[in-house]
Order: sequence, then C-alpha cells, then structure tokens
Amino acid sequence: MSAFIHAEYPVETADYTRAGEASADIKRKLKQLGVPSLVLRRVAVASYEVELNLVIHSLGGVLTLEVDEKGVSLTSQDIGPGIPDISMAMREGYSTANEEARSLGFGAGMGLPNMKRNADEFEIESEVGKGTRISMRFALG
Amino acid sequence: MTIGDMVKILHAKVLQGEDRLDTPVFTACCSDLMSDVLAFVNEKTVLITGLTNPHVVRTADMLDLKCLVFARGKIPSDDILEQAEEQGLAVITTRETAFTACGLLYEAGLRGVPIEWPQEEEE
Repeated sequence: MSAFIHAEYPVETADYTRAGEASADIKRKLKQLGVPSLVLRRVAVASYEVELNLVIHSLGGVLTLEVDEKGVSLTSQDIGPGIPDISMAMREGYSTANEEARSLGFGAGMGLPNMKRNADEFEIESEVGKGTRISMRFALG
Repeated sequence: MTIGDMVKILHAKVLQGEDRLDTPVFTACCSDLMSDVLAFVNEKTVLITGLTNPHVVRTADMLDLKCLVFARGKIPSDDILEQAEEQGLAVITTRETAFTACGLLYEAGLRGVPIEWPQEEEE
C-alpha cells in the first residue's frame, strides 16, 4: 500500500439515476489498490449511503476520497440546506426523505447511523442555510 | 445450499449467472428497503426482493452479494441484468411471492442473516 489517491466526485441533487456511480468508482479504485475486502465493503457501504444522502437531501455537493498509508478518508461537503437537529438525524428510523427516494428503497432512516457503524471515525457538522460536512475515516492494517 | 438448489426449490428461472449455480449461499435476507440491506447484510447472503430498480444491483455491488432473487415473477430491465453480469452477480426470478419464497428456502434449511443489535446509546 504505497499508492496515494485524491479524487473528487461532484454529486447533483435529485440525480437518482446516477446515484451510486461515485461509490462504484471509489470501490473499484480501492480494490485495485489492494484494500482488504472487509474494509473495502465498509467503505463502499458508507460511501453509497453518503452519496445517496447528497442526492436525496442536499442541494448538491462533493464527495472526496483520500487514501494514504494509514487509511481511507471519505468527506462529503454540500451547499445546503443543512440539518436543523443532528441528534434526530442520527437516530435509526428517523427520515425526512421524499416519496421518490422511498420508492427506490431508501429513506428508511438508516443512512447516518449506518455510516457511523461502518467508519472507524465519524464526524458530522451542519449549519442550516450553509451546508453539511461529514468526515469518515477507515483505518488500514 | 447453492444457487442451483435455490433455483430448484423456488422453481425459478435463471436470468443471469447460469455458470455460477454451484456458488454457495449461507444466509438470506428478504427486503425492499435497500437502507436496511446496506445496514445488515454480508457477502454470503442472498437477497430476496420485489424491487427491480438499478439500486438493487448497486446495493448488491457495494456488499459483494453473489445472488439476487426477484419474487412474484418480476424481471428487471436488460441494462440492470447487464450490470449484474459485470459484477458477477447471479440473478434468478421466481413466480412465488416473497413470503412463500422465504418459507420454501427456510424449510430447506436456509436461515436469515444474523443481526447485531446496536448497543444502548452511550450518551
């Protein structure tokens, strides 16, 4: 594991058709690097969840992948609308997703808790009217 | 149990992965909620679902699933099946309802994916 990666993926609001493409690419890149499959799957699940959150809830944002010798970092930064109550949003089963997201099998209120469960480190900051930033870290080795 | 065993038990039709019917499956999950699937399922699990949109296959990709079973005779579109082929994912469809499909597989010895209950909130 000597290779380093820095990749940015713009994610558009309500683009349900392409949702998941960034995560599929992230998974492919990490697999090529030789990231062990257990870690790979945790990153992939968290990445898919955070990407879907950008599509479903945000006004648009960027997903950033960074890899160094110690681990994998995933950061999601959006341009709003921000989360009024983070502790509610972190609760399993709580969801503000719309019908379209639900019809695709999402919006069950598992996204944020699932990211936290899969990541070794998880941080979320949000300001209404400004945006939300989620940082996740996955240790290697 | 193998994918081929499931095909027999469910009188299912193989839509993708005819060459991978000897792949074993260890546990099963039946859900239309991809959020729940992403939270609980592992790669040794077969997913039984009635949902046929592209996110079912993408979810399967993230989790390295080996087999999808579509219940009630549902058949996903060709592009979804092509995507499944790229991922090495076997796809079968059964005319049974999801409930009956689960019952038949359970009767044949397949069990649900074990779930770890979350610890009580620490705060």
